Order: sequence, then structure tokens, then C-alpha cells
Amino acid sequence: MAEWFHDNGLLLGLALLDGLAYAALVFMVAVGLNLVFGVLRIVNVAHGSLFAIGAYAAASIGLFFVSLGLPPIAGYFALIAAAAIVGALLGPVIEKVLLRRIYGHEDVLQLLVTFALFMILEDVQKLIWGVQPVSQDLPMKQLGTIDVPFGDDVIPFTIYQLFVLPGVAVATLLGLALFLRRTLAGRMIVAVTADKEAATAMGIDSARIMLLTFTAGAALAALGGALASPTTSLVPGIGAQTIVLSFAVVATAGLGQIEGAALTSLMMGLGRSIAVYFAPEFEVVVPYLIMVAVLLVRPQGLFGVPETRRV
Amino acid sequence: MSQGLIALIGAAGLIAASIAIPWLKFVLTIALAKGIAVLGILLLLRAGQVSFGHAMFLATGAYTVAFLAPTIPEALLLIPLAALIAGALGLVVGLFVVRYRDIFFGMLNLAISMVLYSLLEKLYDITKGTDGIRVARTTFLGMEPARETQEWLMFGIALALAAGFGLLVAAYLQSPMGRALAGIKTRETRLEFLGVSARRVLLFAYVASAVMGGIGGALVAMTTRHVTPLLGYWTSSGELVFIAILGGAGSAVGAFLGAVAFELVRVYAAASVADAWQMILGGVLLLVILFAPGGLWGILSSRLKARA
Repeated sequence: MAEWFHDNGLLLGLALLDGLAYAALVFMVAVGLNLVFGVLRIVNVAHGSLFAIGAYAAASIGLFFVSLGLPPIAGYFALIAAAAIVGALLGPVIEKVLLRRIYGHEDVLQLLVTFALFMILEDVQKLIWGVQPVSQDLPMKQLGTIDVPFGDDVIPFTIYQLFVLPGVAVATLLGLALFLRRTLAGRMIVAVTADKEAATAMGIDSARIMLLTFTAGAALAALGGALASPTTSLVPGIGAQTIVLSFAVVATAGLGQIEGAALTSLMMGLGRSIAVYFAPEFEVVVPYLIMVAVLLVRPQGLFGVPETRRV
Repeated sequence: MSQGLIALIGAAGLIAASIAIPWLKFVLTIALAKGIAVLGILLLLRAGQVSFGHAMFLATGAYTVAFLAPTIPEALLLIPLAALIAGALGLVVGLFVVRYRDIFFGMLNLAISMVLYSLLEKLYDITKGTDGIRVARTTFLGMEPARETQEWLMFGIALALAAGFGLLVAAYLQSPMGRALAGIKTRETRLEFLGVSARRVLLFAYVASAVMGGIGGALVAMTTRHVTPLLGYWTSSGELVFIAILGGAGSAVGAFLGAVAFELVRVYAAASVADAWQMILGGVLLLVILFAPGGLWGILSSRLKARA
């Protein structure tokens, strides 16, 4: 055992650091998906497309800033701007034009409407950004690397992935928890999640709350994409990959669980990156194995509450 | 006009189209194969459950053919074998997933299909990864017909299987077991009060749907002569559900109506606007859901009723 650690310590350390950064990104997407499901009762298949469009938009805006000759610091502004623009533009349009028509319809139809939206957005993204890889890693390079001591080894790791990504994720988690529990708008969202009819009867404008929630969820997905964009080159299909992983996170955590989603993201992010380094064939499989194992024992998810059966 | 008559007219139309425009035969064979898989989705939809992973059975059927064709080239053996193996997988997966409902049911199917997909993609030594496997030539009753005849044979087999399974599914949905499926959708607890095991009812439908998925996959593999992991990707599963809704989730004929319409739209859209065919399909799906919830079959049957 000790010998194994001696031989593989460096790899393990890298896997843990990578996993942490990856978990932060997964959380950003999964938490939005979860929030939207809680309020709208719709599993948004197109959520991954918002992630992808956010990523592409961030890269484009970043490259545009570079071409203007702005200082590198503007690159971080590009990330935030991309998330805000994508969220504020696409969020309300999708909710008002499409989703509003299908509230209360059968689950299957709701799922398919968002699937159709996913197909459309996937092509929109290809039409705008093409199929060649797009890459803009300035925000990550700018911060440089730091030497992380790990046992006897020292691992150089980018500051961006070590501090910025997990930092934003933790800030999102805390901010969201505070927002939902302490502010009026947040408590209205919680009320609509718990019982839409009762909340409406108490004078809450649930249509507005739904619009607000969906826009926030879209912005979170786009922010996740924007943050991911410096760490990888963007190719078609990242949206599809992201959404199935977020599904796994949300189902494993239990629907509507935000803190649970954070813990599950961490679990799956670490699990996946350990697989990347030690058993690359199983990289994609690990999150689903975790999910299946959890649901075998707890059918309602790790933190989910079992539903009472109606007669 | 009865469903059966419409099915007959439809079949005659498909044959006529294949004679008139030879290349359509290929497209229509694929459409019929997918239609058979969609029949399985229909069964689950009757129970109010949507599987976002059923392409795994299609892929299982297709890879079964690809792996076995070099040793057992007989098409009439390969199809039942594909059905058997897909059915066996369906039983194993089904025993697990029928304990869950709604979103969890859909997501678990998705998760398990993604496991299969990534195994197909990553185990390069066995599956040739994303390159896929070229399917060896198959024989029919020991004969090795010329290319043109073989295409007609595949079309004929697909049509015959489509008709057979269409009738079976229609009969099944009318049977007490089929009626119990609808009970799962409305109120499962009441079903159990009647002494019916909802899990067993759903498991039967699930295995049946896996078998039909396997047969659809076998036909696809033998027609396209090439299999790739993409057959089992979650977007392919979404396609199957898409076709079910497009055709109209209410009837067996709808599955084939939807499949033919889907494949034709795809072929024409891909030919005329190569980069935007997904967008067109997505747009069609949205229009159908928002403005014609009964699907193509719903439109057709209400027209016919109005005339009668």
C-alpha cells in the first residue's frame, strides 16, 4: 500500500486536484438544473446547451477583447459578461416563448420540448461557432501556476483551476443558500417550489418567480461554461456530455437538493478524475456507476425525501 | 376506417415508393426498423414512463449482428439471436429500473445506456471504438443473393416484422396486461389494491420493448452494414421517443408513421441544409407537441373520422 502511494502519489495528487476543479464546474451546471426543476418541475435537457453557448460566448468575447488590445485582466470580465448575456438573452426567451406553454403538461412532453430545444440550440451553436475547436486560455495562463506540496512530491497546478473554479462554486453555493433562505425573492422561490398553488394563493406572482428562476438557472449554466472555457478547447458535443453528467448528479443527490448537489458533484468529479488517471477506459462510466449504486440503496437519491404514495 | 386498413394502405404505399424511387428503399427499411424499436417505447409511454436510454437495446441488437455475422451469416438466425440477447439485457436492466418511476426511471435508463455507450467506445480492441465495425455479408436461408435482391429482402423482412410486431403490440395493449400499463400511469396504488404487481406488469413491457429494440437494431445493422457506438448514444434514445411522439403515442400505426416521416425529413433536411437538419427536426418536434399533441396519427385519424 505504502509502496503504491510512493509510486502513484503524484498521479493521485493530480487526480484529486483535477477532480476538485472539475467538480466545481459540474456543480455550477447541476445546481442550475436542480433549481429550475424545483420551481418549474421541468427537467431541462437543453441546460447543457446553455453551458456550451456560455463557453463559446466567453471564448469569443475574450478573443474580441484581446483583438481590441485590452489588458489581460479584461479576460475575466469576458467570462462574467458571457454568462450575463447568455442568461439574460436566452433565459427569458426560452421561458416565455416555449416553457410557459407546457407547464402542467405530461412529463414526457415537457422532456421532449426541452429535447427539441436542445437539438435546435446544438445547431445554432454549430452555425455560429463552426465545428473547429475554439480555444481561449488566457484567463487561466494569466494567473500562472502554484506548487502544491503532496506527500514527498510537488505538483505544479494552475491557480485558476485550484482557486478560481472552486472559489466561484463555493461562493455560488453560499450565495444561493443565503439568497433562498434570507431574502424575500429567495423565500418566494422556496414557497413556489414547495407548493405552487398555495404560494399563488398567498399573493406570490408565481409566473414571475418561474421566469426569474429559469433565467438564474440559465445564467448559472452559462457561467459554468464560461469558467470551463479557458481550461479546455471547445468542440461540438460538450453540451450533450455536460447535461448527462448533471442529470446523474441531480438524480444522485435527490431532486431539489442544493447542498446535496454540491457534495455529489464533488464525489463524481473526484471519482471521474481518479478514473481518468488510473483507469481511463472507465472515465465516462464512473459517475453513472456511482449513481446506480446510490439509487440501489436510496431510490429517492442521497438527500431526497421519499414521496408519499397517493391513492 | 380501421387501423388495420390504414396499415395495409401504408404498407402498399411504402412498397410502391420503393419501386418508384430505388434509393428510398434503404431509407424506408431503416424507418421500419426504427419503427419496431419505437413500438417498445410506445408500451412504456402507455405506462407514463419515458426511457431516455432505449437506444442501448438497439445498439445491443446491432452489435450482436456485427459480432456474430462472421460466424453465423444466416440473417434469419441473426435476428432472433439479436432479439434474445437484447431481451436478456432488458431483463437484467429491467429488474433494476422498474422499481423507479418518472424522472428517475428516465435518468436511470439514460445512465445505463451511457455505460454501454462508453464501453462500446472505449474497449477498442473488441469494438473498434468510434470507427465501428463493418458488418459481414449475411445469407438468407443459406443463399447469398445479389445486392439488389438482398436490399429487397431486407425491406421485405423489415416490413413483415413491422406488421407482425404492430399486430402483437396492438393486441397486447388491448389485453389485461396492456390495460394494467395504463393503470400505472393513472394511479399505481389502485392497481396494487387490485392485486396486480405494477413492477411485474412494467417488467414484462420493458423486456418486450428491449426485444423490439434489439430487432430494430439488428435490421439497422444488416441494412447499413456498419455499426458505431453512436447507435447507443443518448441522443439516439431521444430520437426514438421523438418518433413516438411525432407519430402519436396512441397507436401502433403511429410508430411507423412517425418513423417514416422522421427519416424522410432527416434525409431531405440533411441533403438541402446539411448544417441545420437537427434544427429542422427540433422545430418539427416543437410544432407537433404544441399544435398537434396527438401526433401525425392524431391528425390523420381525426381527418378520417370527420369524413366518415
